[in-house]
Amino acid sequence: MMLSNYFPIPMSMSLNSWSDALSQWYLFGLPLGLVVIAAIPLVFIALYALTYGVYGERKISAFMQDRLGPMEVGKWGILQTLADILKLLQKEDIVNTNADKFLFVVGPGILFVGSFMAFAVLPFGPAFIGADLNVGLFYAIGIVALEVVGILAAGWGSNNKWALYGAIRSVAQIVSYEIPAAIAILCGAMMAGTLSMQQFNILQQGEYGFLHFFLFQNPIAWLPFIIYFIASLAETNRAPFDIPEAESELVAGYFTEYSGMKFAVIFLAEYGSMFMVSAIISVVFLGGWNSPLPNIGSFALNDWTTGPVWGAAWIILKGFFFIFLQMWLRWTLPRLRVDQLMYVCWKVLTPFAFVAFVLTAVWEIYM
Amino acid sequence: MSDLTYTIIFYLFAAITVFSAAFVVFSRNIIYSAFSLLFTFFGAAALYVFLSADFIAVTQVVVYVGGILVLLLFGVMFTNKVMGNRLMTDVQNLLPGIIILVAVAVGLIYVFVVQADWYTAGMLQGSVVERIGVETMSRYVLPFEMASILLLLALVGAAFLARFDKVHNNER
Repeated sequence: MMLSNYFPIPMSMSLNSWSDALSQWYLFGLPLGLVVIAAIPLVFIALYALTYGVYGERKISAFMQDRLGPMEVGKWGILQTLADILKLLQKEDIVNTNADKFLFVVGPGILFVGSFMAFAVLPFGPAFIGADLNVGLFYAIGIVALEVVGILAAGWGSNNKWALYGAIRSVAQIVSYEIPAAIAILCGAMMAGTLSMQQFNILQQGEYGFLHFFLFQNPIAWLPFIIYFIASLAETNRAPFDIPEAESELVAGYFTEYSGMKFAVIFLAEYGSMFMVSAIISVVFLGGWNSPLPNIGSFALNDWTTGPVWGAAWIILKGFFFIFLQMWLRWTLPRLRVDQLMYVCWKVLTPFAFVAFVLTAVWEIYM
Repeated sequence: MSDLTYTIIFYLFAAITVFSAAFVVFSRNIIYSAFSLLFTFFGAAALYVFLSADFIAVTQVVVYVGGILVLLLFGVMFTNKVMGNRLMTDVQNLLPGIIILVAVAVGLIYVFVVQADWYTAGMLQGSVVERIGVETMSRYVLPFEMASILLLLALVGAAFLARFDKVHNNER
């Protein structure tokens, strides 16, 4: 039998070719290719959270505060996260006596599934996407609802006042900030005229690189771009909107009572949704997997840096850039109060999102 | 995927919907009922996908899971231990309940078996999003606007009820 029967992945440029080929891959009559497609984002989340997420955040925060950060395990403390994971794996799985056992156990699971389900529509480059839905973008911002239920289950199941308050704050914050975020994303959808994630990328393709991105196609696009970035900080409970886990008031928010692997799963879900919002903002406004480099004369930088593997590299780099921004803000800005949080959402972001919506509509009709 | 796979997946989601809905009704713990509703809504969304209505399916998740279920959970969580004793569901009015159940079930089955005109068109091809948008803004623009005015009224009413009451506050 030919080797290509086992590895039917062509190295071609045509859209979704890798994921289509994988989904047709059957082993012993079982659709194993579908399992592989689902496993790729899972492995990606785990690897990135392990390396860039935890280690990177600790190092970046350390450098910003003129410290060294983890230095003990391995050269420059590179193996620190592995040591942490080993410690978490060995920990006793503690479930409080008075906790609601079922919800306490199920909560982190629902939370992680909700964060992971959005990756089904994330285009990892032109050749790979889990499911190229024609409502992909809507699905990606709608499935966050599952995370909300997971947070409530975790907070309530812990039977702890801090956990419950953290959960309620977190949910109120996510539900409120969904509105400016959704309107800002709708501006991007109006510019594209589609909700399919791959179509977004194709519409921003071109030989001039970044000049084809929606952010540079339309001067108004900067407004929804900034609104969505601020709202996405709140949706992922990142500083300066991290009042759900404000350690000076609430110990650790909705995951106060969690330890061991359940704690690790909650953190994995948080890093997963951090990458997801960063990927959404780069797909909608910054061209997703398209290369930002323009063709300059005979230096066809755009053509050289386009392709399935380059595409995956670009979208991951853009995602990491926005995660770096999130970390930068976390170690720069102080935490907001609850009333300031709601003020920013309802009296600042939402009206400006509506203004951006109307202006984008006018621009799209008359320009 | 083969038709058999689709059939298996359909029955899987149908079973999830029915069993979680039964759990909502029969569970004695009202919190568990509310959380079980999550799976009912998701099962219903999956069934919408089988009807080629993926936009409706995602809207179902956004509106029912993200909006209504969260509101329901908030309500249940804040009232659960208010009276000092745990809030439990109870069986009351058994006889009238059974009578209504039998009447509704018989009526529905009668309509399904005798009168239903099953619509058996093929799967819709292409994107439904554009069609939904065009239809909403053209043929169904009046119901759409009426629904938005109703929602606006509800918002104004909620804001009025929750408003900072100056007179009442001064008395205290």
